[in-house]
Amino acid sequence: MKSLNEIKEMVEKELGSLAIKIVSEVPNVITINVEVQNLFEVASKLNHMGFDHVKAVTGTDYPAEKKIELTYHVSSYTDMDLAKVIIALKARLDRSNPKVTSLVKVWPSAEYLERETYDLVGVIFEGHPKLERLLLPSDWDQIPPLLKEFKIKTEGIDA
Amino acid sequence: MSEDRFMQVLIGPQHPGSGHMRFIVKMDGDIINEFEPDIGYVHRSVEKIAESKRYIQIVPLVERPTLADTANTNLGYVLALEKLLGIDAPPRAQYLRTLLAEINRIHSHLYGLGIHGIMLGSSTVFMWCFADREIWIELAQELTGARITYSYIIPGGVRRDLPDGFGGKISKAVAYMERRLKDYEKIFINNPVVTARLIGIGTIKREEAIRLGIVGPNLRASGVKYDVRKVEPYCAYPEMDFDIVVREEGDAYARVLVRVDEIKQSMRILKQIVEKIPNGPILNEAYLKMIPPRLRERAEQKGMVKIPATFINLKPRKGEAVSRVETGRGEVIYYIVSDGSTNPYRFRFVSPSLRNLIAFKYVMPGHRLADIPAIYGSLDYFPPDADR
Repeated sequence: MKSLNEIKEMVEKELGSLAIKIVSEVPNVITINVEVQNLFEVASKLNHMGFDHVKAVTGTDYPAEKKIELTYHVSSYTDMDLAKVIIALKARLDRSNPKVTSLVKVWPSAEYLERETYDLVGVIFEGHPKLERLLLPSDWDQIPPLLKEFKIKTEGIDA
Repeated sequence: MSEDRFMQVLIGPQHPGSGHMRFIVKMDGDIINEFEPDIGYVHRSVEKIAESKRYIQIVPLVERPTLADTANTNLGYVLALEKLLGIDAPPRAQYLRTLLAEINRIHSHLYGLGIHGIMLGSSTVFMWCFADREIWIELAQELTGARITYSYIIPGGVRRDLPDGFGGKISKAVAYMERRLKDYEKIFINNPVVTARLIGIGTIKREEAIRLGIVGPNLRASGVKYDVRKVEPYCAYPEMDFDIVVREEGDAYARVLVRVDEIKQSMRILKQIVEKIPNGPILNEAYLKMIPPRLRERAEQKGMVKIPATFINLKPRKGEAVSRVETGRGEVIYYIVSDGSTNPYRFRFVSPSLRNLIAFKYVMPGHRLADIPAIYGSLDYFPPDADR
């Protein structure tokens, strides 16, 4: 059985200079920060190592820094050592133009998760097979609701 | 081949049949050519609402999308929150959490089996499952005070201790359910109509299940031995003796059989919990101290914890946490980004149905129109769980 540190070293060796920073957090998370332009290549390498599916795609809005942080949580179904670890693969996108190459070609399991992130956070995944609204109505004309300046309207007596 | 031969069929979104979702299906005669699920009809924006709520208020919020399995979604959230708070639940509370989680798993599987039954036209199994689900709801009610939405699991522990004589009631419920499962076998599982409609239908091969990132019983029915309770054991699972139910076939029938066998495994765990549950407090000492002395004394006598008032001001450390829990329908993922304030900066909640959604698109094509309810029911997909 491989330890978290051994897996971290394997990842470091595989990715080399492609990653900006790799940090592990006990008991089971390895966070990898990459530049947007390297995201696809890093994803391909991780997939090759056996991290075979995406568990979550998350866009986090940081308006003060003018960034949207995109996080893919990935792990493995085939290798039970790797399955114990969750990789958080992160890239920071320019908030005014949040474009990134879709990772569906690497991980088909990201299809609906990326589509949801497009819908609710406004990230544009280039090369995605069907980048359309998922949860919001098709005629939605406001800003993506998970951006920080979108405020929930209060209902009732205080509204 | 001209486009004219295809016909678009819209199924849903009215319930039942599609259950608050719509399918846009391109048919070639009786054969499905393309299948696109259209969801969002019951979207309530749990993630956005959570960002404006205090941490303790999110406990009831995350229970709403999954009415059959609220304990497990509640648990996943609290585990992520506890990582940020740097707090743990005492052993007795860990056992009580596992107890409710397994009661809910049985409830969730009966719910899924019943709905699948009515989709196939077997109203008998639907009514049986929904009646037998009541046994488990009553047990949960006695333990927590509520039938469906318990908010039982709180940071650092649970709200109520085990009621007197609960072990005996569990044994009785398990003995009853074991008998009933034999009845289910006769009328549903081994029924020739059911086997004819499910065997070899909606097959997801192992590689395909991994590629699509399917979760839960659907994944295990395709031969992948992945169960969070074993991969990353939490609560009392490390001390429990149980098997991961796996089947190789990957078809709709295998998914039914996996759920039925998982009910048996859950009952195995329940019996061990009531036998082995350790004595001790049900809430972490650090939080017990926050309760005023007189109330604390009463809480210890009655085995009920009133949530300390200071819980409204819970401030986890700055940073992020990710947790996973095996719910009845599969793995749930929580990812919380905290800025050190009283509400999460970003709250991510990826439910099992959202991850199983992709199966509709890639499994349905090639099947007949009449196979849709058979496959849909076998996936135990729950629209409010996916939409959140």
